[in-house]
Amino acid sequence: MDLRLDVSERDGWSVLQVGGEIDVATAPRLREQLIKLVNDQRFMIVVDLGAVDFIDSTGLGVLIGALKRVRTHDGNLALVCTEPRIVKVFEITGLNQVFQIFPSVDAAVIT
Amino acid sequence: MDQPVVPTDLGEFVELELPARPEVVALARLVVGAVAAVEPLFDEARGADLRLAVSEACTNAIQAQLAGREGSDRDAPIVLRCSVKDGKIKLAVQDHGGGFDPKGLPEHPAVTDPARLDFEGGLGIPIIRLLADDLQFQASPGGTTVVMTFGPRVATEQPFL
Repeated sequence: MDLRLDVSERDGWSVLQVGGEIDVATAPRLREQLIKLVNDQRFMIVVDLGAVDFIDSTGLGVLIGALKRVRTHDGNLALVCTEPRIVKVFEITGLNQVFQIFPSVDAAVIT
Repeated sequence: MDQPVVPTDLGEFVELELPARPEVVALARLVVGAVAAVEPLFDEARGADLRLAVSEACTNAIQAQLAGREGSDRDAPIVLRCSVKDGKIKLAVQDHGGGFDPKGLPEHPAVTDPARLDFEGGLGIPIIRLLADDLQFQASPGGTTVVMTFGPRVATEQPFL
């Protein structure tokens, strides 16, 4: 199963670019990467889902866990997503009210 | 004589036995996506609904089986059946996870409640309920069969939480 993860820094934010499919097989790698960022004192995180083809509730759970972790350090976790099929998963679960979802990394790091 | 493994009212169907491993969920999505793609009434968005629903059902099945509850068999295959009849697609996912009570699912706090962040799991069945026209849990030997029926309509955009 293909999951691509790439971390970069941008205006004080850690930007985690994710590509591929996020499901029960790949979500553990995403969780590990997000925990590593928090352990490295990176509490302002943008997760760029722009190259994600699929996400299910297992992936949503990882993002919820990461949001909780950064918030306990007064941090934030923003999402970047424009693909309608992916945005829909956040909308139908109501999680678009929990996460800030931006159309681009540029828009996310301005907040 | 035992009951036939394949119900006789399914019409055309595809049956897959999958080992209970996380890696096979992608394969289940691929098969279901292909079944939806050949049905002219099912557009791409509806195909995505079916792939999401089967991903949730197979994830639950595999996790139930690997949890090692009493009566479960972690070495048994997960069985996925896809059938098309009367313009509807029916997906059945059978596990040997020892049985499950859908009424025992925890209630989630409202999305605006900070306590919502304490719940990383438990979204799978609510998602299936929203996407499928009909959802049934049937007790099957040693486990549960989740039966989901989909018409070609695009599911409602109304959030359920």
